[in-house]
Amino acid sequence: MSALLEVAGVSVSFDGFKAINDLSFEIEPASLRAIIGPNGAGKTTFMDIVTGKTRPDKGRVTWGEHNISLLKKSEAEIARLGIGRKFQRPTVFEDQSVFENLIMALKNPRTTFATLFYRRTEPDVTRVEELAREIGLTSELGRKSGELSHGQKQWLEIGMLLAQDPQLLLVDEPAAGMTVGEREHTTRLLREVAKTRSVIVVEHDMEFVRQLNCRVTVLHEGSVLAEGSLDYVTNDERVIEVYLGRSGER
Amino acid sequence: MRAVFAQPSTIIVLLALAIFTGTIVVMAGNGDISTSLVKVLGMTLCFCLAAVAMDLIWGYTGILSLGHFAFFGIGGYAVGMWIMYARTEAIVVAAQASAALPPTPEEIRSAIGTQIFGVVGSAEIPPLWMFAHSFWLQMLMVILVPGLLAFVFGWLAFRSRVTGVYLSILTQAMTLALALYLFQNDSGLRGNNGLSGLQNIPGFEGTPQSDISIAFFIASAVALALGYVLCAWVVSGKFGSVIRGIRDDENRVRFLGYQVTHFKLFVFVLTAVICAIAGALYYPQAGIINPAEIAPIASIYLAVWVAIGGRGRLYGAILGAATVSLLSTWFTGGRVPDIDLGFTRILWVDWWTVLLGLSFVLVTLFAPKGLAGLFDYLRLPSAVKPYKGEPKRIK
Repeated sequence: MSALLEVAGVSVSFDGFKAINDLSFEIEPASLRAIIGPNGAGKTTFMDIVTGKTRPDKGRVTWGEHNISLLKKSEAEIARLGIGRKFQRPTVFEDQSVFENLIMALKNPRTTFATLFYRRTEPDVTRVEELAREIGLTSELGRKSGELSHGQKQWLEIGMLLAQDPQLLLVDEPAAGMTVGEREHTTRLLREVAKTRSVIVVEHDMEFVRQLNCRVTVLHEGSVLAEGSLDYVTNDERVIEVYLGRSGER
Repeated sequence: MRAVFAQPSTIIVLLALAIFTGTIVVMAGNGDISTSLVKVLGMTLCFCLAAVAMDLIWGYTGILSLGHFAFFGIGGYAVGMWIMYARTEAIVVAAQASAALPPTPEEIRSAIGTQIFGVVGSAEIPPLWMFAHSFWLQMLMVILVPGLLAFVFGWLAFRSRVTGVYLSILTQAMTLALALYLFQNDSGLRGNNGLSGLQNIPGFEGTPQSDISIAFFIASAVALALGYVLCAWVVSGKFGSVIRGIRDDENRVRFLGYQVTHFKLFVFVLTAVICAIAGALYYPQAGIINPAEIAPIASIYLAVWVAIGGRGRLYGAILGAATVSLLSTWFTGGRVPDIDLGFTRILWVDWWTVLLGLSFVLVTLFAPKGLAGLFDYLRLPSAVKPYKGEPKRIK
């Protein structure tokens, strides 16, 4: 099976600090992957590169069957190609209702004039209701999203990603600050999503990664240190040294 | 469009505007109010229109432009050029009608040039005035010149992702540069003399000012109504969601697949053109425009009106602009009795700005949603119930 996303030989440095150093990585369609690594390992920078926020100094990033290069594309273009991103802090539009948040995220023409002359259609409303059911926010559709709990905001943001109908979701620390119950819901949600799309989860929390039960990539100093099942990587000498050795604070 | 008229605020604003306009027209017809008051009210409506545009760009899109009054001024200059040219042309032609030989077109042009630009020591009609002879072309300039300026400026600024206070400074610099340029005698727009006699509309020499003022008053009211409905339509629906999203977190909007630059540019150009149209209606009522009108302070006033009225709701902008500008006219008009405190005398002409500054501080501190926010207290308890088990959020 050919890779959905392929990152090859990518390096980027900020003021001489090599945030990403000759990183290569690929992910197949409809798979779940966790990326772990200590602070400063380059996890967020990796996401920034894939989503077009940061331009790498060298290397290539290609997408889909036709191997489209993502390096020359803007954030909005990459989003429209089918890569959705969820930030660490829940970023939903707090001033607007859950419904408005979702309808904005729907996969529809997103140019200025198409948006200006957009009329709410029956299929769109149905789609939003489906999404709300999927993320468990049906009864909150009319509420301002600023009033939601922390966990609900995280799910709303995942719902907004799904609304874009992406083939790949990049999810940054989804379980941070969640209660045990919310965490289980999030695990189920992500595993469900990964049946039809690819999901990359960046996570600090080993227990959460264990629940996801997926292939794990360990980043260290901007490149891949180890890759495999969680048990495999946690038994790797080098991983234990750089990461688990000081994971007491997780 | 249906969603716009489904909002009670739109209906109330349009109804109130219609009643107000009708009342003033009837009263002016009966001679109950003076022509100058009609002009002040008409000019206030133009300010309200500019404030609605300012609310769209600042309150909804989150771009604090300190340059929108420049577009207002450009609209005024554009319309003023036609008025001055056409009126001077009529005077020149009439003066030379009794000459033995009919004047050639060159002689007429040269006489117009001397008439208009004599004050700045020139007799040439500058290239800037190439369309001034034609009403329609010059009216097109009212829209095209500010539209293009806003497009080029906005494209450069938004493409480079200049945001927040840096953008405000940039727009203010643009405004200052424009004002300084216009102050020069060789700017082609009569330097600090500006354009004057704009209350005399060419082709209506026989019409008394009382009638002209009513016509402009009605035109201003119609423009405000149309501008309000247009802006209300823009902020309703998905476009409104996107621009409010840009205001709150523009990066997130980008990752949803929207080209933020295009949306900002669209709103910037649209609001610039609305301001220009407001200005084009304002200056024939004011009678004179000079570069001081475009000075950065005017654009700051525009922001103050919107802040006092209430950002993020269009009727708030109208409320703020009308209240503050009418109070300003009243206090600076010399009709408010000065207060003698013994050790000092409160001269309202000077102290009005202190009062305005104080009220700005008070509104910011105690009514952050502005005057319009006070309407929220009129409503019955909100339909939104606190989420069960969730502690009330402390703001």
